Amino acid sequence: MEITLVETLPQAIHEVTAVGVIIKAVIILAVISAIAGFGTYVERKVLAFMQRRLGPMHVGPYGLLQIAADGIKLFTKEDIIPQNANKFIFMVAPIITAATAFIALSAVPVFPDFTIPEFVPLLGGVFVPSIASDINVGVLFVLGMMAAGLYGPLLAGMSQANKWGIIGSARTAIQFLSYEVVTGLSILAPIMLVGSLSFVDFNNAQSGGITSWLIWQQPVAFVLFLIAGFAETNRTPFDLLEHEAEVVSGYATEYSGMRWGMFFIGEYANMITVAIIASIVFLGGYDADCTLGWLFIILKIAFFFFLMLWVRASWPHVRPDQLMWLCWKVLMPIAVVNIVITAIVMMV
Amino acid sequence: MFENFINAFLTAEGFAFYLFSALTTGLFLITVLSKNILYAMTSLAAGMVLISGFFFLLGADFLGVVQLVVYVGAIMALYAFAMMFFDATRDIKEKNTNAMLVFALGGLSALVLVLMFAAPVFSENVVALYPMTEGVGNAQDVGIVLFTKYLVPFEVAALMLLVAMIAGIILAGKKMDQSLTEDMSADDEIMIIKDEK
Repeated sequence: MEITLVETLPQAIHEVTAVGVIIKAVIILAVISAIAGFGTYVERKVLAFMQRRLGPMHVGPYGLLQIAADGIKLFTKEDIIPQNANKFIFMVAPIITAATAFIALSAVPVFPDFTIPEFVPLLGGVFVPSIASDINVGVLFVLGMMAAGLYGPLLAGMSQANKWGIIGSARTAIQFLSYEVVTGLSILAPIMLVGSLSFVDFNNAQSGGITSWLIWQQPVAFVLFLIAGFAETNRTPFDLLEHEAEVVSGYATEYSGMRWGMFFIGEYANMITVAIIASIVFLGGYDADCTLGWLFIILKIAFFFFLMLWVRASWPHVRPDQLMWLCWKVLMPIAVVNIVITAIVMMV
Repeated sequence: MFENFINAFLTAEGFAFYLFSALTTGLFLITVLSKNILYAMTSLAAGMVLISGFFFLLGADFLGVVQLVVYVGAIMALYAFAMMFFDATRDIKEKNTNAMLVFALGGLSALVLVLMFAAPVFSENVVALYPMTEGVGNAQDVGIVLFTKYLVPFEVAALMLLVAMIAGIILAGKKMDQSLTEDMSADDEIMIIKDEK
């Protein structure tokens, strides 16, 4: 019923109220935090099965309650601040990572619009928009906010008076300077095709079924964006910042308890953001015409999440110099050539 | 005057404006006054990010995001240099020459800058030469002005950046064909030692 309303009437009919936005923000925070927690369990299980292990099995059926056990551990662990550390920055750094990850999600359409049914007390009839803040430069905003999130690892590494931390933050800087160009250039070609920076426009431009997905027109940009996305979220093969085998734990060496946990909530939230961007920009997004659109986008996001775990299980880490070589000498020229070809095809 | 201020403060936009103003001013004060390199850099970055808030308040979403993206990246590069030259956890001993002179010159230039920007605003002579086109997005508006009125400065800036990039590559790229991590001379020495054994 509501879905037909949404597609027949222009958006302006549904007035976006402050209450609706606040509800949306609470939903994003609650759902994404929960998924981030659940993501750790999924990651351990998927990696275990790919490596012919069982993974967590002891707490609850199939180890499902492992999340609760981990949560209790994180919350009750002592919050240690090293003696020579810059205490204020050390305490703020994890909050930057977690906060920017969620701020980035505020401009991403996570679920379709819906109206709370009338029978719900107090909030009945409130229209909850698909995006908490529908700014018309959503793509840039999300990428910028995710880039700002790298200040978390950078400051954490520099403030903790630990050599491993310094190496971790130095690697943060070079990783950022390497992938940022590729992310921007790879997503530029689809932006040129759609002619807009708004996620809603991207979604509407691909509403004609699977054949209208941008991945068929921009396969190169899709692969480049995925590779840059792995670097953006510090996933293997690019998790140089806290590569355990080389730099102990990099920027997170001195962290414990909930501050450490916040880094990882931020990382998982960023993984979900990249998955959402990839599915909206290249894979058609949430189909507004289809009743099951919300289900399809969740499946697409889940696929990208799984892909990240899959790659982690099958690829080795790269060295920092290999990352720079890859980004600047291989991916960036390909992205530029892709843009030039796209522009020529559009002109002709 | 004071009543106007209170009234402006009570609206959502006014409140946000004064909040952002106080925060950015405070943060940039920390940047200038702090002796700790980490505080200075962090407050600089945070201040630059908060400036984008003003653009969002004015409805210039595109410029706000550009401010965000550009300064986050630019200051990240500054951090890299700070990391190489300073111990981030210690205070730096500053060498101040003649505080009075610095104060006078800094104050004067600040005053001149404020006058330059405030005078046209005060006499209300500021008119939008290129008002926003209805029904066109922010990015498109910037693009239209950039490729019509300001085409020459835009292209000149692009050329200058190209020159800077080529110069940077030439300066940095003298030994680019040799890999630092795969320095073979060390291996040769090891081989020689092995052979002697």
